[in-house]
Amino acid sequence: MTAVETKSQIQPDLTPRKRKSLLPEIITVAALALVFIFLAPALLNLMGQGSRVNQLGRFLALAIAALGIDLIWGYTGMLSLGHGIFFALGGYALAMHLQLQLPAGQIPDFFNLYGVTELPLFWQPFYSLPFTVAAIFIIPTVVAAILGYLVFRNRIRGVYFSILTQAALIVFFNFFNGQQKLINGTNGLKTDTAQFFGALVSDPRNQTVFFVLSVVFLALGYAFCRWLTSGRLGRLLVAIRDDEPRVRFSGYDPTWYKVFVFAVSAGLAGIAGALYTVQSGIITPKAMDIAFSIEMVIWVAVGGRATLVGAALGALIVNFAKTLLSEQYPEFWLFFQGALFLLVVTVLPSGFLGLLSAENVLWLRSRLGLPPKLSTYPSLEEDLEVQHERKNPRN
Amino acid sequence: MLANLLEGLFNGISIGAVLLLAALGLAIVFGLMGVINMAHGELIMLGAYTTFVVQNVFKGLGSPWSDFYILFALIAAFIVTALVGVLLERTVIRFLYGRPLETLLATWGVSLILQQFIRSVSGQFVIGVGLFCALFFGAIAIISRRADYERIQAWAMAILLPLSAAIAFFSSKIAGDAFKLAVTKPWFGTQGVDVTAPKWLRGGLSLGTSTLPYTRLFIIALTIVCLLGIYWFLNKTVWGLRIRSVTQNRGMSACLGIPTQKVDAITFAIGSGLAGVAGVAVALLGSVSSNTGQAYIVDTFMVVVIGGVGKLVGSIMAAGAIGILSYVIGSNAFGPLFSGSPFMTSVVEFFATASMAKVVVFALIVVFLQFRPAGLFPQKGRTVEA
Repeated sequence: MTAVETKSQIQPDLTPRKRKSLLPEIITVAALALVFIFLAPALLNLMGQGSRVNQLGRFLALAIAALGIDLIWGYTGMLSLGHGIFFALGGYALAMHLQLQLPAGQIPDFFNLYGVTELPLFWQPFYSLPFTVAAIFIIPTVVAAILGYLVFRNRIRGVYFSILTQAALIVFFNFFNGQQKLINGTNGLKTDTAQFFGALVSDPRNQTVFFVLSVVFLALGYAFCRWLTSGRLGRLLVAIRDDEPRVRFSGYDPTWYKVFVFAVSAGLAGIAGALYTVQSGIITPKAMDIAFSIEMVIWVAVGGRATLVGAALGALIVNFAKTLLSEQYPEFWLFFQGALFLLVVTVLPSGFLGLLSAENVLWLRSRLGLPPKLSTYPSLEEDLEVQHERKNPRN
Repeated sequence: MLANLLEGLFNGISIGAVLLLAALGLAIVFGLMGVINMAHGELIMLGAYTTFVVQNVFKGLGSPWSDFYILFALIAAFIVTALVGVLLERTVIRFLYGRPLETLLATWGVSLILQQFIRSVSGQFVIGVGLFCALFFGAIAIISRRADYERIQAWAMAILLPLSAAIAFFSSKIAGDAFKLAVTKPWFGTQGVDVTAPKWLRGGLSLGTSTLPYTRLFIIALTIVCLLGIYWFLNKTVWGLRIRSVTQNRGMSACLGIPTQKVDAITFAIGSGLAGVAGVAVALLGSVSSNTGQAYIVDTFMVVVIGGVGKLVGSIMAAGAIGILSYVIGSNAFGPLFSGSPFMTSVVEFFATASMAKVVVFALIVVFLQFRPAGLFPQKGRTVEA
């Protein structure tokens, strides 16, 4: 009897602990989005850097892909070197729809070059805009889910997973690059000259829409990833990263979580690819270059892995550094990029945001003459007894 | 039909031989350290460029020498790439053991640097980089003798780095202005360079209707020699024994007094050296440019994945299978077999290019991994990491 009583006495307090309010974060993200939509283009135009608006829009689209990479690599610890596939699939889906904006009975110009007179079957559904919009993220998601299932089912992981994704990338590249008759091979699909809602895609009005869409999707993608990683799922993903066998021994099947997160990140890459394509005016198989897919990883690494803000920030920083440097010193960019890979991995493993880590903040506070702010165990701070003892140290 | 089959087999084996030569070093290093070296392709490229340089040097020496430059190129390529490999291991990879994914990214960085290095290396470039290294590391070496080095280290770095960089930059600029094209001209440039096979490797052995090119035969022979050499080294020498024991169990080997660091360095040197030898073979096959290495990395990785890390035999079989499959599918060697049904013919013809053959081979690899996830010859053990 007593045992039961003691048990009921030590029942943990089940009243929910006061949760950190999400409101400040939501307001910050919304404010940042508004700044990007309204202030940034105006400011850049004022500075006479109008062409940079387009670049900013493209890099914001890339930041969406970086969020996906962060989910899969930063949180779950799987290094995918094949996200170019999903990026390109999204881009091609939208580009195919835009190519089909023609008078009835015509087929896109490039088909004539190869003597194709009839539209290939798989182009047909892309006449419809709703289908295309869905395809942009559903096709990459499904492809990733199938590939992921086949790989994760056999507990293939670590370096093997990276190599397999890279091989898959080569395969897709070869397919898109070699099939002139189906999707114009090396030349890729142009979107610049297509009609979209009564104007050219390259029309400033349309471009503004795409810019705004990039910002909105980045914000939405951030919110979605934040939601995914903040709860149980997020903790499970980190657990898979840190010790997968142990997760399995605890009764979870990591396979499905890994398939899920791989598919989600592929969907994000697809959206990024579509937005990037319409803003750069063309999609070619070069989007499935080995180098480009690894570059995506370095954006996340530079910003700070396992921090979503870091991923987006890293994409913007690295890409702007790339355009600025390769405009000035084209031959030095590769040296710089190589050094970046080496430095980030060896010296700065947690990226730029890692500089804001607890230790560095402490160091800064001590330099500024502020008292150190220590909280080793957050639950201790809320304990009334501890607070009482702190106030009356003599007891 | 039989002649076709034999020719297909030969071509497949010769593709496989290059793959195997390229993958051999990778497999040994991966087996020992669990490290995937993304710069392996660039080491192959360095080997190919070394061949080019040796060829030009021997051309200057005249007739009896220039016929046998290829033998010296093999040695030179092995030494050059082995040295680069040791440098890479000692300065980068050593610090990343136990973090295979980070190693992969770091070595990718190295591969980018090597590619650009080949494109832009020139007299001016060498002066700049050499001067910077001499000034910076020389100064650090002098300062590190001081007793209060720990205290002033950060300051010394902060001053020395920009200072030596500035001196190096301006002196290379001055050199460039003074000697003009003599030092600013890139040695190799972005264009590809060509290695011509020596006289005794031109032509081919005619067998019935088909001919077997001597270069291909040479590469197959080279692969066999390398395989025998590695087999002998791993199984009959002291260091081979140590390498095998560290591959099996690093911790236990270290406890028993095997210098694992030295073993790592030696293995990496040998793996890189083999990449250099593969580079000689690659140079014989076609034009060499700074992108050459990229074409080989994925295929060689596949060989390692399929072969498993336990035995050399795995790599041999994997390379042979991939080579033969790619050739057979790519050249449509079995096309006549399907001539009965038009549907099968069109399917087979759809995949009958080198790049579409890769698509099929990859699909087969994924299917294969469903049955043997750890490759043909997995490392046996009782670790949790299945």
